[in-house]
Amino acid sequence: MSQLKTSYEQDLSLAGTRSNVVWYGLLLASLLLVPLAFSEFYVGEMSFVLIYSIAGVGLMLLTGYTGLVSLGHAAFLGIGAYANAILLSRGVPFVLSLPLAGLISAAAGVAIGIPTLRMSGLYLAIATLAFGSIVVLVGEKWHGLTGGFDGLPVPTPSILGIAVEEPTGIYYLALAVLVFVLFVAMNILRTPLGRALVAIRDSEISAQSMGINLAFYKTVSFAISAGLTGLAGALFGHYVRHLAPDSFGILLSIQLVTIVFIGGLGSLHGAIFGAVFVALLPQAIALVRDDLPFGIGQLPGLEPSLFGLILVLVIMFEPTGIHGRWLKLKRYFLAFPLHQRTSFRRQKSYAKSERLR
Amino acid sequence: MSDEFFSARDIAMHFGGIRAVESVSFDVQRGEVFSIIGPNGAGKTTIFNMISRIYTPTAGTLNFDGQDITRIAPHRIARLGIARTFQNIELFTNATLLQNLLIGRHSHSTAPLLSQLAFLPSVRRAEVDHRKRAEEVIEFLDLQRYRDQLIANLPYGVRKVVELGRALCSQPKLLLLDEPSSGLNTEETEGMAFWIEDIKKDLSVTIIMVEHDMKLVAAVSDRVMALNQGRILAMGSSAEVQGHPDVVRAYIGGEPEAPRVESVAAA
Amino acid sequence: MDDVVRILQLVANGTAAGCIYGMVALGFVLIYKATEMVNFAQGELMMLGAFFAFTFIELWGLNYWLGFLLAIAATGAFGYLLDALVLRRVIGQPQFAVVMLTLGLAFIFRATAGAIWGYDAVGFTTPFTNQVANFGSGLVLGKDQVSIIVGTVILCGVLYLFFSRTRLGIAMQASSQNQLAAYYMGIPVRTVFSLIWAISAGVAAVAAVLLVPVQMIDVNMGLIGIKAFAAAVLGGFGSIPGALVGGVIVGIVEQLAGYYLPAGSMELTSNIVLLSVLIVRPQGLLGQTIRKRV
Repeated sequence: MSQLKTSYEQDLSLAGTRSNVVWYGLLLASLLLVPLAFSEFYVGEMSFVLIYSIAGVGLMLLTGYTGLVSLGHAAFLGIGAYANAILLSRGVPFVLSLPLAGLISAAAGVAIGIPTLRMSGLYLAIATLAFGSIVVLVGEKWHGLTGGFDGLPVPTPSILGIAVEEPTGIYYLALAVLVFVLFVAMNILRTPLGRALVAIRDSEISAQSMGINLAFYKTVSFAISAGLTGLAGALFGHYVRHLAPDSFGILLSIQLVTIVFIGGLGSLHGAIFGAVFVALLPQAIALVRDDLPFGIGQLPGLEPSLFGLILVLVIMFEPTGIHGRWLKLKRYFLAFPLHQRTSFRRQKSYAKSERLR
Repeated sequence: MSDEFFSARDIAMHFGGIRAVESVSFDVQRGEVFSIIGPNGAGKTTIFNMISRIYTPTAGTLNFDGQDITRIAPHRIARLGIARTFQNIELFTNATLLQNLLIGRHSHSTAPLLSQLAFLPSVRRAEVDHRKRAEEVIEFLDLQRYRDQLIANLPYGVRKVVELGRALCSQPKLLLLDEPSSGLNTEETEGMAFWIEDIKKDLSVTIIMVEHDMKLVAAVSDRVMALNQGRILAMGSSAEVQGHPDVVRAYIGGEPEAPRVESVAAA
Repeated sequence: MDDVVRILQLVANGTAAGCIYGMVALGFVLIYKATEMVNFAQGELMMLGAFFAFTFIELWGLNYWLGFLLAIAATGAFGYLLDALVLRRVIGQPQFAVVMLTLGLAFIFRATAGAIWGYDAVGFTTPFTNQVANFGSGLVLGKDQVSIIVGTVILCGVLYLFFSRTRLGIAMQASSQNQLAAYYMGIPVRTVFSLIWAISAGVAAVAAVLLVPVQMIDVNMGLIGIKAFAAAVLGGFGSIPGALVGGVIVGIVEQLAGYYLPAGSMELTSNIVLLSVLIVRPQGLLGQTIRKRV
């Protein structure tokens, strides 16, 4: 299956083996063909998946790789969306407003990252939750800038004088941004920066004794994560075309965390898997809604409760997420028929204290 | 300013009313293995934590290689050339062995953030270089077959060696080993003694070691310091310290704070 | 004189609201102390308690006090089962996984409550509804608010006696401090943990029923949880009196901010208090710092 490695350079290449290059190339090619083969509705849905993937990769760097939980990431999505829309409406060209939206969002990430440096685990989750609520409330009250409850229309972007129209234009734009974001994320993971983040996640005290400046790298992680999420936000703005502050609240934050969690913490594949899942769940429910027995399909809270139920089931039965299940399946087929049942059984786990860090 | 390689001058560490370490002074010469022994709670690990700047000493100064390190930032210690291991192993459990060793190279990576994000050719060259260094350590410690395994899946004895390797990857001048034999069986402990000898001879690294296993201490140490209740009991060669009546008394019980009584046997 | 009365009035209102936050926070703290799990669905347990009480008192026409007790019992039983069937299975998983699990549970509870009781706000009449207690010199308090404060005091007394005098209460304290030692002493730790969940849920039900005269019942009333978080964090997250004190502080600050600061600051207050406390003292006002030993 895997070829013999003959130089250290091979471990540094992005795709790894040659067969991977072929598979990822095919995947990219088929993604490029989507708008030609599917109706506008599905292209729109796919754009949504791509946008969630970008945000998922952003949050994965913070939560999955640095071990810092954010329950307020929707705020960065919102900041990116509003920054982009406001800049566009003031005449800033899109080629500038998009990166600026990312930078402004990254600055917001630094603003919350620095004061929360000393927090970890639970307290950080609560602090980011509070931060997220504050951003939404400020967005609602600051009528002059955001339009408050009236909302804010998002102008159609144009690149080099060509309007980028929904849905096909946005689809290609989101795809390009996703490729860029993945490139950056993979670079981070193969350099000292990424290893420093992983080190902080696994043991702060020994990361420090290895010469890693905790404050600096945690702040950098927040900045990059918020920046990438801000890019997703800018695209999200073009996808929905009308912004309202309350759409960036706690519910969206929980959806974003669910992306990284259901996908599988500590894996970029996981971020994508999770995004596909979370973005398409409402459509999947809509498809089967009418066929469900006992009128379940007509219940108003079906979508959020299924969302919650799946989250609960994943944590109870497959804590490594979709990516973990995927690895197990792959190993199962590779080893077939010599697989051993025990290697797929969950190990017994015991209570561990996280009060000490 | 002291011209010793490493020196501690009257260092003290108080936690509230508890005096974990009280006016301890010692020097370590370049190239020696200096062991700190003593019963539980004697303040051995506290001294390590002061050197690696997890704690700031209540009083006293620490000098290393002609520099006062008493108050510098904890993450700068590694760059100066001090590496350490931990009593209960503090590896990065959800990363592979190789990644752990590469993290040990952190203090030698100088690439600016943006060039890392873009993975410029200079970053690539540096990465290959880090990898070569890590492979040398893997070779040195015979860890080849575990290279790509997650630490979480490795047995305890191997982890102990990996932690030693991670510290070596930073090419330290001074290595702090906190109970390198704890949790190891007799055979593994003997192996550890060989590694320590090799590190001292082949890599000419100075070592300060906290250790309980007297056989290991006797085998590798040039000098030994015995502590009890935060104070120095005795200092000298391994045999001298082990035979010292105060040390014997501290280990087998009795009044630890009465070193002057029964001084007949001392002399 | 007018000003003094007004401030007293605001403080009294704030105290009443704060007692509710404090009781929900108490639930967080009890569970956290014992199991290190953070129950993000605590507010939803309160919401369920309110709907249980609504069912017993309004729909079945039971006596208020009987309905009150039944609601506590039902919510407590629900909390017990929740731990026994779901949370016990995730012991040993990272804290964050449990946070996500309880967030998922909160979604399910809200949707289920909506499916059963509908999405309209409901309420029922209590002995304290629309009654006024006059304390002289212009200070007027609703009996609903007085009942909240008195109820909280009684609840605290009961809990204090339970934890310090009864065998079960002491066993619970022991299990919270050292699971292993408690286990070796023959304490059925797992059952004890489920009982702690039951108590937390029961306390949430008390908060819910006391809140009814002041606020309508609806599926989103559990969002009060974030204010309770502020209370628990203020109190150090490990301290039961701290949670109540924290709740009262949040309640009073909120009232004062609502009165003296521009409109809209009231909702911001609890969040800002929460964030600032965490920034200044990441371990909370009354929390203690423990560092990992290496």
